Amino acid sequence: MAVAPSVEQRAPAGGILRGARSLFIQLLHRPAGVAGLIIVGGLVLLALFPSLFAPYPPDQQVIVDRLQGPSSEHWFGTDRTGRDILSRLIYGVGIALVVALPSVFAALVIGLLLGVTAAWRGGLLDSILVIIMDALQAFPAVILALALLALLGPSLRNVIIVIAIALIPNYARVSRALVFSAKANQWVEAERALGAGTLRIVGAHILPNILPSLFILMAMDIPSAIVIEAGLSFLGLGVQPPTPSWGVILSDGFQNVLDSPWAVVFASIVLMISTLGFTMLGETMRDIVDPRLSGMTRRRI
Amino acid sequence: MLAYILRRLVMTVIVIVLIMVFLGALVNLIPGDPVQLMLRSPNPTPELVAQVRADMHLDDPLPTQVWIFMSGAVQGDLGVDFRTHESVTDLIIQALPATLTLAVASLLLAILVGIPLGVLSAVRPNSVADRSLSFVSIALITIPPYVAGLLLLIIFAVRLQVLPSIGGGDLSDPVDYTLHLILPVTALAVTWIGYIARLVRTSMLEVMNADYIRTARAYGVRESLVAYKYALRNAIIPTIAVLGVAFGSLIGVAVFVEVIFARPGLGMLVYDAIQARNYPVVRGGVLVIAILFVLANLAADLMYQVVDPRIRVRSGS
Repeated sequence: MAVAPSVEQRAPAGGILRGARSLFIQLLHRPAGVAGLIIVGGLVLLALFPSLFAPYPPDQQVIVDRLQGPSSEHWFGTDRTGRDILSRLIYGVGIALVVALPSVFAALVIGLLLGVTAAWRGGLLDSILVIIMDALQAFPAVILALALLALLGPSLRNVIIVIAIALIPNYARVSRALVFSAKANQWVEAERALGAGTLRIVGAHILPNILPSLFILMAMDIPSAIVIEAGLSFLGLGVQPPTPSWGVILSDGFQNVLDSPWAVVFASIVLMISTLGFTMLGETMRDIVDPRLSGMTRRRI
Repeated sequence: MLAYILRRLVMTVIVIVLIMVFLGALVNLIPGDPVQLMLRSPNPTPELVAQVRADMHLDDPLPTQVWIFMSGAVQGDLGVDFRTHESVTDLIIQALPATLTLAVASLLLAILVGIPLGVLSAVRPNSVADRSLSFVSIALITIPPYVAGLLLLIIFAVRLQVLPSIGGGDLSDPVDYTLHLILPVTALAVTWIGYIARLVRTSMLEVMNADYIRTARAYGVRESLVAYKYALRNAIIPTIAVLGVAFGSLIGVAVFVEVIFARPGLGMLVYDAIQARNYPVVRGGVLVIAILFVLANLAADLMYQVVDPRIRVRSGS
C-alpha cells in the first residue's frame, strides 16, 4: 500500500517534546483516547509495582484451596494448585509488556534500517530486500512464529525474537514507502545540490519526517505482540510455566476447565481489556498524528 | 494489465522458491544436533541415529539437502514422518479438508455478518447506532481467536451443553459435522466480522459522497436503493482485496481453534509435530500453509484487478 506523499508539511525536528505534549492534550479531548490512556496507564502501574496490587505472591500454592470460584479472599478464584488467579494475572502484566515492548521496538529498528537502506540505495539491493520481506510475509504470523520456535525452542527470550521477526516486514515496507515519498521532495534535491551526503539527508531530514508515523505503527503493534505472546504461551511454545504469562494462565485454566472455568474467564477478560485499551490508544494517536495511515487498522494476528 | 499479472506471477514463484529454500534448510538451522533432539534420548543407538540421518539426508551437504526437499516438494513428495514412516504428503492430505472447511466457513460467516453491520453503520454516520457498532467492531477485532474459542467453549459446551466441544464430528453425518463446526467457525470469524464491518463502513462513507450517488439521489432514487444497490457495489471492493489475507490468516490461526476443540486439521498436525520435534512433518505442514497463504493473496489481488477497473490504470502507469 503506497502512502501518499505530504511529508514536507510535518513539524520540523526538535519539536518532538512539544509534539508529545500536544499529542497528550489532544488525546484527552477524545473519549477513546481517554479510555485507552486509563487502561494503558493502569497496566503500566500494575507492571511496575505488582506487589503493591497483588493480594498474594503469584506462585503461592495452597493446595486445599484449589480450583475455587470467586470469593472475598480470592476475587478471581484459585487455580489447580491453589494459586490466586488475580495475583497471577497482575504479575502477568509485566510479562506481557516485557515481551511486547522489546519485540516491537526491535522490529521497528531493524525494519527501519532495512526499509531506509532499500529505498535509499534502490536498484538490485532494493529488489532483493523487497522479495525477502515478501517471503517473510508469505507466512501467516502465527505459523512463522511456530516454525521459528520449533527451531529455537520455547523460552521468553525466543518469543521476543520470533515476534520481532514476524513484525519486521511491516516496518521495512512502511519506512521504505515513506522514504521513497520523502526522496521525491524538492528539498531533498535541494540538499543534494548543496552537497549534503546521504547520511546527512537521511538523518537530518528524512528520519525526523518518517519517525512519527513509525512510532504510531509501533503503538498499534503492541497489542498484536501481546496477543501473539499469550497465544504462543497458551500453546506451550512460548513463555514456560510457572511464569505467570497470561497465555500460561489460560493454558493452566483450560486443562481444568470442566472443574473451574474462572481462570480462563478472568484471563480472557484481562486480555481483551488490555488489547482494547492499547488499540484505542494507538488508533486515536494515529488519527491525531497521521490521518494518512487511517484505515490501516491492524488485525491482532 | 497483462504485464502486471505476469510480474505478480513471477514474484509469487520467487517467494515460493525462497520459502522452500528456508524450509529445506530448516533442520540445519537448529542449534544443537537435531537428531539428538528428535530422538529425545541421551544415548540413542548409533544405528538409529545413522538411520534417521540417512532418512532426512542430513549427511549430504546443505545445498543437496535443500535440492532434495525442493525437487521432492514439486513432485508432491514431502518426505516421511520420521517416527511412523508415513508419507508427510498423505498426512497433510488427510488433515487439509478439515482446515479448509473451517477457514471457508469462517470467512463466509464474517462476510455475511460483517458487511450488513458496516452498511448499517454507514447509512446513518455518527448516529448512536453507528457509534455503538463502531465500538463493537473494534472490540471484536481485539478479541484474540483463542479467547473467543475458550469463552464459546465454556458458555455453550461446558455450561449450557448445547453444542459439542471435542473433535471434528462424523463426516458421514452432516448434522453432527455441522454442529461440531459452529463453535470453531464462530471463534475464528469474530475478528474478521469486526474488521470487515469497519472496512465496509469506511469505504461506504467514501462512496456515499461520490458524485454518482448524489446524482442518483437527485433523481429521487430511494435512499435504501442508493445504499444497497449503488453504493455497496463499489464499497465492497476493498473487502474483496482483504479476503485473500483473511483466508490465509484464518488457515494459520486455525491452529488455536483446532487445539482448543481437539479438531483434526493442518494446524493440529503442525502443532503435534512441533511438540514431538517431528521436523519433516513441521516442514511439510508449514510449507503447505505458506503456499495456501501466498496463493490466496495472489487470487485476491487478481480478483481486485478484475472487479475494479480503476486500479488497472494506476498499476499500468
